[in-house]
Amino acid sequence: MKVRVLRQWPPGHVRTPGYLRGKVGTIERSVGTFNNPEQNAYRLTPTKNRLLRVRFQMSEVWGIKAENPDDVVEAEIYEHWLEPFNAS
Amino acid sequence: MGGDPAGKIDHEQHDFALWEKRVDALLVLSSSAGLMNTDSLRRVLEDMGEEAYEKMSYYERWISSICQNMIEVGAFSTEELATKMEIIKSRGATYGDAS
Amino acid sequence: MPHDHHEPLSPSGHPYRADDDKDLSYWQVMEIAVRELLIEKGHISATQIQDQINTMDARSPANGARLVAKAWTDPAFKYALIEDAGQASRNMGFDIGPMHLIALENTEKVHNVIVCTLCSCYPRNLLGLPPDWYKSRAYRSRAVVEPRKVLSEFGLEFNQKIQIRVHDSTADMRYIVIPYQPAESEGLSEAELAKWITRDSMIGVGLPRAPA
Repeated sequence: MKVRVLRQWPPGHVRTPGYLRGKVGTIERSVGTFNNPEQNAYRLTPTKNRLLRVRFQMSEVWGIKAENPDDVVEAEIYEHWLEPFNAS
Repeated sequence: MGGDPAGKIDHEQHDFALWEKRVDALLVLSSSAGLMNTDSLRRVLEDMGEEAYEKMSYYERWISSICQNMIEVGAFSTEELATKMEIIKSRGATYGDAS
Repeated sequence: MPHDHHEPLSPSGHPYRADDDKDLSYWQVMEIAVRELLIEKGHISATQIQDQINTMDARSPANGARLVAKAWTDPAFKYALIEDAGQASRNMGFDIGPMHLIALENTEKVHNVIVCTLCSCYPRNLLGLPPDWYKSRAYRSRAVVEPRKVLSEFGLEFNQKIQIRVHDSTADMRYIVIPYQPAESEGLSEAELAKWITRDSMIGVGLPRAPA
C-alpha cells in the first residue's frame, strides 16, 4: 500500500524525520501500537498510535541527486503522519 | 539531521568514563521510576538547539536534559539543585573528590 | 592525587579515562547533584545505579554474535529471529528488557545498514552501548543520503545489483543485521562462527571475518 508522509513542520517534538516529509513510500509492515511520542515527550497521557515501517526509494527521497536510485531507506512512521496515496 | 551536509566519519572511540555511565544509568532508572521517558529526554535535547550539539559532549547533553526533566516533574526544586551543586563544588577540585 | 578506588579495564583493554583526576566540570557537578537528590528523595538507590552500570558493562556484541551464529546454523531459529527478534533473543536467555527488536537478513541481493538520524537509537540492551561514530553527526546525516560512500569509508564496496537498504530507527524499534554468511565459514560450529561476527557486521557497516 502506497502512502505519503504529511508535509507539515509543526513546532515541538515529533519523530518523523524532515527528509521524509511529503515523500511517497510503501508500507513494509505494521509493528503495532505505541505511545504517541508527541504527547509522551510532554508527559501528557499518551494515546496508543499505530506505527508502520515505510519503505522509500532513494530516487523518491533525493530525486536526481540519489546515489543509487534503486536503493531504499526504511523508517518507522506513526499512522497519523501518513495519508493514502493513489497515483493518478 | 538525515541528509544534512557533513564530513568524513571519525572512527575514534573513547572509553566511557564513570560519570558518563552514571548519566546513562540515571536515564534508565528515572525512566523506570516513571519520572521521564525517552521522548521527554529527546524533546529537551532538541530544544537545546544546534549550539549545544556543537559545544557539549553526548553525556553532557544527556545530564542537562535529565536534570531539566527532573525539575519539570517536581523530583526536586531548582533551589534544592542549586544548594546541592554548591555543596558538591566545595568538596574538592576533581570528580573523584566531589563524588 | 591518590584515590582509594580503582576502575577496572574496559572490554577493549584500555583503562578508563582518568576523569577522576581532571578538574571537576559543571556537567559532572550536575550529574552528582541529580544522582544524590534522586537518592535522597527515595526515587532511586545507589545500589540500583551500580547494578545498572554492571548490567550495561556486561552487555556486548558477543550477545548478538551468538544470535547470528545460531541463525546461521539453525534454519528454524533464523525463521523465528526474523519473525520476532525480541522473543527469539529472550528465548536464548538474553535480558533485553522492553526493547522491540527487528532482525534484518543480508542476502546475495540485499545489504542492510542501520542508523538513527534523529538521535542515537541502537540495540543497546543486546549489543551494549553504541560506538562513538554511530552517534556522530557525520554518520547520522550521511547514511541515509549516500550510504554507499559511507560504507566505502568502512571498507565495504557493493556493486549496483546489490540493493542497499538503510533502516532509520526513527521511533520504537531497534534493529540488528544478520550478516550474510561467508562461504569459507560453512560447516563451522555455532561457537566457532560466533567469533566471525563483528559488532560492525551487525550494524551493517562491516562483514563477518575469520577471527585473527
